[in-house]
Amino acid sequence: MTREELPNLAESKLTALVVDDNFVNQSIHQKLLARLGITNEVVCNGKEAVDAHCSGRNYDLILMDMDMPIMNGIQATKRLREMGIESKIAGVTTRANEGEKKEFMEAGLNDFQEKPLTISKLLSILHKFDFYVQT
Amino acid sequence: MDTLIAQLQRQFRDYTISLYQQGFLDDQFTELKKLQDECSPDFVAEVVTLFFEDCEKLISNMARALDQTGNVDFKLVGSSVHQLKGSSSSVGAKKVKGLCVTLKDCCDSQNFEGCVRCLQQVDIEYKTLRAKLQDLFNLEQQIVQAGGRIPQVDI
Repeated sequence: MTREELPNLAESKLTALVVDDNFVNQSIHQKLLARLGITNEVVCNGKEAVDAHCSGRNYDLILMDMDMPIMNGIQATKRLREMGIESKIAGVTTRANEGEKKEFMEAGLNDFQEKPLTISKLLSILHKFDFYVQT
Repeated sequence: MDTLIAQLQRQFRDYTISLYQQGFLDDQFTELKKLQDECSPDFVAEVVTLFFEDCEKLISNMARALDQTGNVDFKLVGSSVHQLKGSSSSVGAKKVKGLCVTLKDCCDSQNFEGCVRCLQQVDIEYKTLRAKLQDLFNLEQQIVQAGGRIPQVDI
């Protein structure tokens, strides 16, 4: 897909939360979302993601890393679901063996993508959640 | 002036291709380039700068852990190399990522000599990549300063 063909989802007014402790990944994931017109925020671990929701913030999409200090992605996903958060949560991690993936999915994910995240993978996530319909 | 721009653009194209052919970069670097636009013309340089800062910090952590002779915390080394593997994968630093995989294996098998050797190689490799990308960004700057456009390079 060329730069000119990238969909602009700004009209959909989607919001997203990037949950990742690594600055390189934070930067890339935020840029990916911004290029598609999705407003986004970033936090550094699962606890900050939970705290953001406790303070009343809500997001259409959460990109959740698995390995993070303080509270990892599995713990954070479980906690958010226990709190009744129904946002779409996509796990994004380099850990891809079946056992780890299963554990992450069972925590309450709606989708799982292996890092590194690309435009195609992000569009696949958005398409799965009906946030983006390919024309 | 046109001849200078054309020369610089050719140099840039050839150098970029060589970085991929020699295994320094992979497709993920191409993905990063796609994200660069007029609003963030230095996006790739900014992200790779973050990556090299990550390299310094994590390599230093691992070196310190491996320095505790007889009491090496392989778990700490393992978690640091996992982080480094992740960020090298995210920027398309192919050789660095490959070495991280090897280092992780050495760590998992608690192979001390293997870890030390491999970490030295990771250190050399990220510094080599840093120098090469700096050359690439310098070429970009020269093209722009000469009034030309940075060519899109199809790999």
